[in-house]
Amino acid sequence: MFGDYSLGDLGSIFVMQGFAGLILFSVYVLMALGLAIIFGQMGVINMAHGEFMILGAYVTWMTSNLFQAYMPGLFGGYFFLAMILAFLASGALGMLVEWVLIRHLYKRPLDTLLATWGLSLMLQQAYRSVFGAREVGVELPQWMLGSLQVTSSIEVPINGVFVMCLTVLITIVVAYVMFKSRWGRQVRAVVQNRIMAGAVGINTEKVDRYTFGLGCGIAGVAGSAFTMIGSTGPTSGQLYIVDTFLVVVFGGAASLLGTIASAFSISQTQSTLEFFMSGSMAKVLTLLAVVGILMLRPQGLFALKVRK
Amino acid sequence: MSDETNKGLLSPLRRKLLMGMAAVPAITMLPRTSFAQTPATSAVNTTGLAVTDTEVTVGILHSATGTMAISETGSIEAEKLAIEQINAAGGVLGRKIKFIQEDGASDWPTFAEKAKKLLVNDKVAAIMGCWTSASRKAVLPVVEQYNGMLYYPTFYEGLEQSKNVIYTGQEATQQILAGLNWIAKEKGAKTFFFIGSDYIWPRTSNKIARKHVENVLKGKVVGEEYYPLGNTQFNSVINKIKLTKPDVIFTDVVGGSNVAFYKQLKAAGIDLAKQPLLTISVTEDEIDGIGGENIAGAYACMKYFQSLDNPNNKAFVPAFKKMWGEKTVIGDVTQAAYLGPWLWKLTVEKAGSFDVDKIAAASPGVEFKGAPEGYVRIHENHHLWSKTRVGRAKLDGQFELIYETADLVEPDPFPKGYQ
Repeated sequence: MFGDYSLGDLGSIFVMQGFAGLILFSVYVLMALGLAIIFGQMGVINMAHGEFMILGAYVTWMTSNLFQAYMPGLFGGYFFLAMILAFLASGALGMLVEWVLIRHLYKRPLDTLLATWGLSLMLQQAYRSVFGAREVGVELPQWMLGSLQVTSSIEVPINGVFVMCLTVLITIVVAYVMFKSRWGRQVRAVVQNRIMAGAVGINTEKVDRYTFGLGCGIAGVAGSAFTMIGSTGPTSGQLYIVDTFLVVVFGGAASLLGTIASAFSISQTQSTLEFFMSGSMAKVLTLLAVVGILMLRPQGLFALKVRK
Repeated sequence: MSDETNKGLLSPLRRKLLMGMAAVPAITMLPRTSFAQTPATSAVNTTGLAVTDTEVTVGILHSATGTMAISETGSIEAEKLAIEQINAAGGVLGRKIKFIQEDGASDWPTFAEKAKKLLVNDKVAAIMGCWTSASRKAVLPVVEQYNGMLYYPTFYEGLEQSKNVIYTGQEATQQILAGLNWIAKEKGAKTFFFIGSDYIWPRTSNKIARKHVENVLKGKVVGEEYYPLGNTQFNSVINKIKLTKPDVIFTDVVGGSNVAFYKQLKAAGIDLAKQPLLTISVTEDEIDGIGGENIAGAYACMKYFQSLDNPNNKAFVPAFKKMWGEKTVIGDVTQAAYLGPWLWKLTVEKAGSFDVDKIAAASPGVEFKGAPEGYVRIHENHHLWSKTRVGRAKLDGQFELIYETADLVEPDPFPKGYQ
């Protein structure tokens, strides 16, 4: 298949293809981080994760409309504000959901699956009633469109670079919060032993609520960022949920490092295979590989050792 | 039937009266036939459909919820508009159309179940409905078993024909061949890259397109790629497009994937003003979600664009916007859905009856001169003769008409040499 091309051409394509893999990697990490926190730290299977992402996307859409209507001069920078608003909106909704629904189900982890699935249906219908059944188009500022010309034949999409930077930033923040801050220590203590954590004076209910809120908030930011590369509609969240769970489960439920490693291996396999065969076949082979590895290592790539 | 069950309760006198009336059945119809040229119900409805002296009931069966609601909302709106207009113009055979709307909920078994409910319980005279091929395939055995009439609006892959279905959208050869011919001639295109979503319609359409490119246009297909429905990452295939440098990218990606595909194409630096792209799956409806700036310059090949400049369309577009809001857009399928109730009305009037068998037999040759797309006529195979058009997407999300076939294109659901 490469016979007709010059070495220079091939080189550029491989660079761009490598970059495509890195973008896919960042997308996977970004969408899986929120779920990894909630699933990993709290054991809650949040089927409504995609809908929290789409809330972020809708917030972005509304912000962009507001800026266009009232502050067209500042339109170039609206995206940063939109991401913060998306974080707050999804995070707040997440905390509300935790308070109303999830906290009653901590002792029945399988029921959270059903409850959050119901929640996802309700949210989808709510979006449909409020924003309409059709997809909305989120207009981006001019500087985020198009690609960077690295050399004469290598082009790198700007939105891809943006997602990568955002992913790195959010991962660092999450890692810091989880492993260096006082609050993160409390979260980890609750995960390891809820009763003892309570006994030493940690308000476990509050920790739960904020953890759930943080996970949902990150989903909101991811949704906001994905308006650059994907669609925004009532059911768009469904497009992400399967891949998200795949990444989290493959990585090992309770490990952030595992999530990153799993996102990396899945995205690289996927994008390399996609280049050599059709997209559907690539997906099938990737899933097969994941299933095979999970059969050998049911706990995922990285498992936290917890005394049960 | 109430006469039967109540007989025992009637006074002997009334019973005698009734028996006397039964002896002259024509007289019992008198009060109704005295109304302006409304034919008697018993004459126009011999199979027990939901037809009264003043009303006839039809069903609307689309997804108002679930994934497909994005696409099917426009069809529902168009069908309701058509029904309202027909009623305002006096209805069908003197009867107002009443509709019962059912929600297929983007779930194919639900479609079949609701179709059965409409036909068996509600006895609707016709169903305007379905959108995806999967939903049509689920409903088809039901309408055939209970002898219903389905008006199906979507452009689709062909390879189907039923006495009980009128296909108001284009089948694949109608839609694709004229577009490929045009772009081959206009752009001197020789190499094509196909990319589609992975299900029956894109695969069948691309099969037809490939045969046409290879056998008729003497060109070459340099890539044919499929992605699962809902896929959101297209960077790898975009790199492949960059590597193969095709003269034309030919796409039938659908749904949410569409948005991702065009956004990433634009981000990857592929300028659609310089790289010809021909799509058969993007209508004005989809551009709403994709964003005009991401797809401007692309060519779409179908039978209707909102911007068409003809008297019918100039009346249709404002009427649609008046009913459904200034911001709504009208895509190819929406227009085809609008044809459904009108074609049914015209056929009923031609047949002089609501009976499904008579309508099925009377359908071929029925013409609708008021169609927003211009003029359509039903073919013997229950598809429509229609023109095929190529439009170029503009920044504002509308298409600019670039080319249209001189004559109506014959529908050919079982194309020889293309299977």
